[in-house]
Parts: sequence; structure tokens; C-alpha cells
Amino acid sequence: MREPTPEQIRDERVYRSLGLTDAEYDLVVEKLGRLPNYVEAGIFGVLWSEHCSYKSSKVHLRRFPTSGSQVLQGPGENAGVVDIGDGMAVAFKMESHNHPSAVEPYQGAATGVGGILRDIFTMGARPVAFLDSLRFGPLDDARTRYLFSEVVAGIGGYGNCVGIPTVGGEVQFSPTYRGNPLVNAMCVGILPADGIVRGTATGVGNPVFVVGARTGRDGIHGATFASAEDPEEKERSAVQVGDPFLGKLLMEACLELIASGVVVGIQDMGAAGLTSSSAEMASRAGGGLELVLDRVPVREEGMTPYEMMLSESQERMLVVLERGREQVAFDIFRRYGLEVADVGRVTDDGRLRLIWHGEVVGDMPVAALVDEAPVYERPIGTPRVPEKGDIPTTLSVREAWLAILAHPSVADKRWVYRQYDTMVRAQTVMGPGSDAALVKVPGMDKAIAMATDGNSRYVALNPRRGGQIAVAEAVRNLATTGAKPLAITNCLNFGNPEKPEVMRQLSDAIDGMADACKALDTPVVSGNVSLYNESRGLDIQPTPVVGAVGVIDGIAKRLPSAPAREVAAAGLELWLLGREDDRLDGTLYGELVCGQPVGDAPYIDLAEERRLHELLQAIAGAQVAVAAHDVTEGGIAAAAAEMMIQCDVGGELHAPVEMALLGWLFSEAQGRALVAVAQDCAAELARLADTHAVPARKLGWLGATDDVIVRQAGDTAFTISLAALRDAFERAIPMALQSGAAEASA
Amino acid sequence: MKWAVVVFPGSNCDEDAAQAVRETTGDTVDLVWHDATDLSQYDAIILPGGFSYGDYLRSGAIARFSPAVEAVRREVAEGKLVLGICNGFQVLTESHLLPGALLRNNHLQFRCEMVELIVDNNTSPFTRAYQLGERIQIPIAHGEGRFHADPETVADLRNEGRIAFRYAHSPNGSVADIAGILGQGGNVLGLMPHPERAIFDWMGSVDGRRLFQSMHQYVEEGLAHARANA
Repeated sequence: MREPTPEQIRDERVYRSLGLTDAEYDLVVEKLGRLPNYVEAGIFGVLWSEHCSYKSSKVHLRRFPTSGSQVLQGPGENAGVVDIGDGMAVAFKMESHNHPSAVEPYQGAATGVGGILRDIFTMGARPVAFLDSLRFGPLDDARTRYLFSEVVAGIGGYGNCVGIPTVGGEVQFSPTYRGNPLVNAMCVGILPADGIVRGTATGVGNPVFVVGARTGRDGIHGATFASAEDPEEKERSAVQVGDPFLGKLLMEACLELIASGVVVGIQDMGAAGLTSSSAEMASRAGGGLELVLDRVPVREEGMTPYEMMLSESQERMLVVLERGREQVAFDIFRRYGLEVADVGRVTDDGRLRLIWHGEVVGDMPVAALVDEAPVYERPIGTPRVPEKGDIPTTLSVREAWLAILAHPSVADKRWVYRQYDTMVRAQTVMGPGSDAALVKVPGMDKAIAMATDGNSRYVALNPRRGGQIAVAEAVRNLATTGAKPLAITNCLNFGNPEKPEVMRQLSDAIDGMADACKALDTPVVSGNVSLYNESRGLDIQPTPVVGAVGVIDGIAKRLPSAPAREVAAAGLELWLLGREDDRLDGTLYGELVCGQPVGDAPYIDLAEERRLHELLQAIAGAQVAVAAHDVTEGGIAAAAAEMMIQCDVGGELHAPVEMALLGWLFSEAQGRALVAVAQDCAAELARLADTHAVPARKLGWLGATDDVIVRQAGDTAFTISLAALRDAFERAIPMALQSGAAEASA
Repeated sequence: MKWAVVVFPGSNCDEDAAQAVRETTGDTVDLVWHDATDLSQYDAIILPGGFSYGDYLRSGAIARFSPAVEAVRREVAEGKLVLGICNGFQVLTESHLLPGALLRNNHLQFRCEMVELIVDNNTSPFTRAYQLGERIQIPIAHGEGRFHADPETVADLRNEGRIAFRYAHSPNGSVADIAGILGQGGNVLGLMPHPERAIFDWMGSVDGRRLFQSMHQYVEEGLAHARANA
């Protein structure tokens, strides 16, 4: 096949198939001062894609707070880095792999995990944990069951093999994701606070190496594909295939290489492969790069410069080494059996120059590729006015309680996480099923706390408040374990930015998240934006997912999400921290009754939220309580049931007289947590709550009963057996998948 | 005494095993790369968990050809202690240092969770610190952990007291609920559960400690005996 000539690209508008609009093509011509050839047009196409350039979101992302005394590296690098004290730091980032997972779920999820892993060790950090935030349609659909099962298998397939524990995350199910599942993977690594490595190509004349897998014809156009509309129309050929064994060797070799001190800069070849890694490394250094493409190790004969530059073959790194010390690298890579090729050198002329068969086949200003990529202020629609009015209460307490616990978003996720190695590296203190995961820093009495969260129902109803809640919930998860929250990463999963109403959601959700980040002192240090999440013209509900990271000094202080069975059976008081509320706005109850999100987003007050987080840390520090669990989806009813199911002990809940019982049980008002405390510590708990100005009330007790009893004004309002609640909670997901399997074989 | 943990490309529980040995015995541990040809300086050798050489073909199928496994074979013949955990157990069966094979779990999924084991032999160098019939908590993490052997082999294992650990509730469909077996000489143990993940309270169990301590005690007694006779 002959490549089109520059004139054909212009006249036949070939650039459109490379992802460039007419106006963008004209801009490329202007920046180059001539017509781009095919490889150049392809390179501009991927680097100026939504996926690589953030052209629709950039102007809004600037509103995130990104600094703080704890921040060692903010956005713009491969990952963000925060200080956790005692000379140690944590690198972390979350990234979406939604579009590949929609067409090839196992490999889409696996390569999502592999990609984020490389972003972390590239910073010089030893990866220690994965978390995954997943969204699917309802499980009554065979395609959804396939996507769900394969995504989980793919995450396990990669993560288990590379030997990094998957310690947390969440899975939610809603019709909004039926045609467009979300797969957001987060990786966290540990490094010395003074050991950060950056993706910078400096030092004129320094050699540039490609390390790891050979470059093949797979995944060409992955980045532009991720920025195209309908996954139904997307091709499997654009999806890459992961090799976790090679990923593991590459990780070990790169960490050893970084430790040897010969690395000038290092970057993962992720989306847009060699193109984005080389252009971004040169851009950060303000210099240029010259690549001799004949020297790139390839998987097959006859690959063109276009294919080599745009391939997204996995498990590859671009490394700039100190000139004269290459042998150190060669020795390390040989020991791991990895291929390494000298493909070029660092220049100071600010150009990305490609040489093939002795000729210059591409010559572009780096600034035009990266820094001067188009930025759009897309039209923003008018804000949606949250609905007012009463939410029908047609589901009884019993029906709702069981339905909520059996809703797969709330139900037990053991089916998912027991397919993940949650303990490899032998540092997992608290794994999946906890409010937040805790992973020990080896050799220190200190653990990193991690959680992900993001409820699109709230954002759909009220993007600004929903954005606040997304951050507050993730950060509260950390505080509930007793950890000090430090910073967040995020994935902004939204619909088509060319629609003004989607841009409104994006803009308002970012404002809400920024509000919460400021109020809770958890700046954004890394993140990713995934737009065009739509299927058959329907956009997904706006889904900002937040990954929060904190630290707990002294692992004995940690608060589990439920007490041990023996302790609970002997009798504990159950306290509610935060305010009473009986509004059903934005609740899962409302969605179950009405079939869609209803009302406004739940109540939140960020100042109250901050005080709650500080109180929880104080409670943990003073070792007053034995367990804490935050109140989120399904309200007090779900939170209490989860705690009781986990410790296998029933108890009583006392509703205030002035509250509507149903609303009080299922309200999802924010800034609240349940705490289990021994009777003789309750006074101290109340005192701490008072000094932190957080409302606290003895809500009931846990103890020797097999029932869950709700009382109001001294009367028994409702009783349900713990066994019935447990059954609903534990069987929902396995049953949904089993009945599907039965249908398929029938 | 001195321990070796063999590191194959793709091993990922090597550091965990070394940590467990250091924490429970205070002994010296070396991580030894898979190209090692001589392991004679070590008193005990651990083949750790992970995915040796990627395990794309069959777990342990490539590792059996490595120089380190040849060296292990010689040390087994010398009577040294060899402990294969998870992937290490798979390598030992592939190498025919232990009988049987480890097949895909009967439910076809990877499974990671705390399981209950029953101690079926408390006289071996690996299990002497446990009580016979004692129930202990040790986590598993494997996709191919279903032990399989022909009925005669299983009968031999049972009759010779070579079933070291059984699952109280099998998580993978192993024949006779087998979780760990001993070699003919009693100096090789392969087990699918991970004792190195059960050595501190915060891990949820400390029941793995005694396995490493049993080995330590056995070797130290042997060394003391040898010194006394010298």
C-alpha cells in the first residue's frame, strides 16, 4: 500500500481519518510552514487527540488546586508524588481504559493495569498496590455479564502475575453504562522522598533507547480511537494485548536501572506509543529528539515509519541515558533477557526529527506537537436545575433494605476481589471490603491508605455538589480507617464534549471537586480525562472517579470497618457521627422506586466534612473505638447492615422521633460515619466529638441478637433477621452471574 | 543456618518468603537468581510463589529446566530441606521432585482468600511445631492449585503420612482435599497456601510462623548434632 502524498492528504482530506478536523489541519500546515506528510499528519492526529491533548478539558482542569506542603510532584508528570513523612513518598495515578475494555474486556482491562503500572515505576517508585474503579450496566444483560467477568479476569490476569496486590476499588452498576463500561485503574508506589525520576530528555547528545517489547502493528490509533464516539463501531484491532511477564521483568529492570543512577529521563510508551513518549520527553526538557527508526526493534518486516510511530505495542519504555554509561544499562537488561536498542539522541533544536533509510521522513517542532496543541473553550450549556418535590415512598422498609443490599452496587463484592491477589508482597494490612485499603511501608510502622469513589447518580442530579461528594466520599474512606488524607488523583469519565450539556456537567463537576479538594486539603496531583463515553448517541451519566491517598502512622491505630465477632458479641455501642437527615434526594432508594436518579444530590457541607475527618483521625489516634464505617449508598440502613453482616452480630438502631423513619434509614446525606465503641469508651468518644464540633449520638448497639431491630420513640418500629440481610448482601452478585450462566446453557 | 530463596524471572513472592524467614527465625537468607548452578552452601531452599517465566505454557513447566532446579535436585538428594510454595509446588511436581500435578481450579477462577487447613502430619521437618489435626489459617492465591494424582499415588501419600496439610473446605477441587505434600525422603514439602502471608497479627493470622520455625529447629538440631559428633 502506498501512503498518500501531502497533496492527497490535503485534497482528499485524509487527515480526517487521522483524527484532525479541517481547522486543526490548517493549523498543522501553519505550524509546519508546509504540508505535512503522512507520518507527520498521523503524529499530529494522535498528539492533538482528546486523549493526549486534553483539548476540551484543559481550560477547566486549571481550576483544580494542585499544590500543598505535602505535594512533591503535581500534575504533568507520569504520576503525582506526595510526602508521607520519615523520608518516604508515594507516587500514584489513575487512568481510564474504557474504550478498549468495551470491545475486548480482558485485554482492555489487563493493559489498563499494565499501563498505569509503568507510569508509577517510571517515577522511580516501587509499585505496591492497585485499585480499580469499574462501572457496568445491569447484570440482567448477557453482554454485561461477559464484560464484567472478563474485565475482572483481565485485571487479575495482569495484576496477579506482576505481583502487585489489588487491594481496593469499587464496582457500580447502572443502566447508564450498558453500552459503555468504565474501567479506571489506579496504581500506587513507594519511593524515597528525594528519589523522584522525571520523564525529561535533557543533555544534548545523550543517547535514547527503546527498551522492552518489540514494536508491532497492534494498537495503531488507540489514542484517536479512544476519542471517537461509539464503542459499538470500534475495532478490536485497535486494542493492544498485554504480556504481564514482560511487564514484570521491565519493572524490575527499570527500577534497578534507575537505582544505578545512569537514567536521565524515562517514560512509558502508553497511548500513541513512540510518538507521545518522545514528544513529551522532549517538550518537558524544552529540547528536541532525533530518532533513527531503522533501529527500532520490530515484530515484523516492512513496518513503515507511520506504523512504528503510532504502534501501541505494550511493555515498552523510552529511556534517555547518560552518555558513556550505557554499558550499565546493557548489563541490567541482558540479565532480565530484555531487548534494548539505541534509537537516537537528544538535540537542542526543539524538533522531533525522524530518520528512516538515511532520509528525514518527519521533522516537526516539539512545541507545536505538545505545548501548542489546540485548546478548546467548548460551548457550555445552562445548568440543570435540580428537581424539587417529594420522592415517592412506595417501597416498604423491608423491601427497600433487602433490595438495596442486593443491589450489585452495594452488595458484597467478594466474587470480584477473591479473583485478585490482594496480599502478594505481604504488606496488606486491610484489603478489599474495608472502607479504605491499608498497605504497610516495608520496615516501618506506617501504612498508606487508599480508596476510590465516585457516584454518578449525584453528579447527574447536581454536577457541582456531585463533584464535591465524589472527593468527600473518597477522602472520608481514608479518614474512616484513621488515616490522614493527603491528596487525590482522578479520572473524569464524561460523554461527548461537543454537546454543551456535557461540557456543563464537566465544568461544574470540576468546580465541585475543586471546592472539596480545597476544603479537605487534598490537592489533585495526577489524573486523566476520558470523554466521548457514549453509546448510540446517549452519553453516560457524568462519572468523576476519585482515587484518594493518605497515611497512617502506627498501624495499631487503624480502624477496621467492623469489629471482630467476639468483641461485637460481647456488646458494643453504635454511634452516629454527623447530622441526622431524612431526605431521600439522590438516594439509591429513590432510584429503586423511580427507575432513575431523582431529586437533588444528597446534602453535603464541606466544613462539616472536614471536621468529621479530623474527628475520625482523633478517635483512631486515641484508640477509643473498635470499628468505623462511613455512611454512603443505602444510608444508615446499609452501613449498619454491612457492619453487622461483617461481624456476624445483630443489634438495634434508634431513630430520632422527629425524623421520617424511612427517610432516616435510607438518606444518603454526606459527612457521616458509624462508630462501634465499648461502653466504657463512649464518654471519651462524645468528648472528642464535642471538641471537634461534630454532632454525635448513641445510635444503638451491637450485641447478642440475631436480629436487626429499629426503634423510634421507644417502640419497636421494625425487625428483620440478620440472616435475611446477609443473604441479600452476599448472594446478589454470584446469583446474578449464575442465573446468567444457566440461561446461556439452557 | 542459611537459606536460599530461588528467584525465577516472574517469581513474585521471593521477597515475602525472605521476609518471613528473617522475621520468624532471624536466619540469613539469600535471594538466588535462576541461573545459579550450585546451592550446596545452603541448609534450606525455598522455591517461592509467582509466575515463573510467565507460566504461559503450564505453571512450572519452563522453570523445571532452569539451572537452579538442577541444583535443587542435587540438594534434595543430599537431604537438604526444600520448600515449594504455590508456584514453587508447581515447579516441584513438574520436576518430578514431588508426585502428582496441579491443575486449573475446578471453578476455573483465580482464588485468593484465607483458608482453613488441617495439619495431617506433625513429624516432618516442616510441620513438627504443629499439633496433629490442628486447624490453622493460611491464605491461598492461585489459579492452578487443584492437586491431582492417580488413586495409587494418593493411597501411597496417605499411607506413608506424606499428606502434610489438607483443606478443611477445598477451595479448588483437590483430590483428597490435599493442600501440601511431602516428598519420599520427607525433606521436600510442596504446598499451595502461602505461610509467608501469615506471620504477623495484622496479616490476619500468624499460623505460618511455625512452618519456618520447624525448619529452623530441625536444621539447627542437625547442625548441633553434627558439631557434637565432629
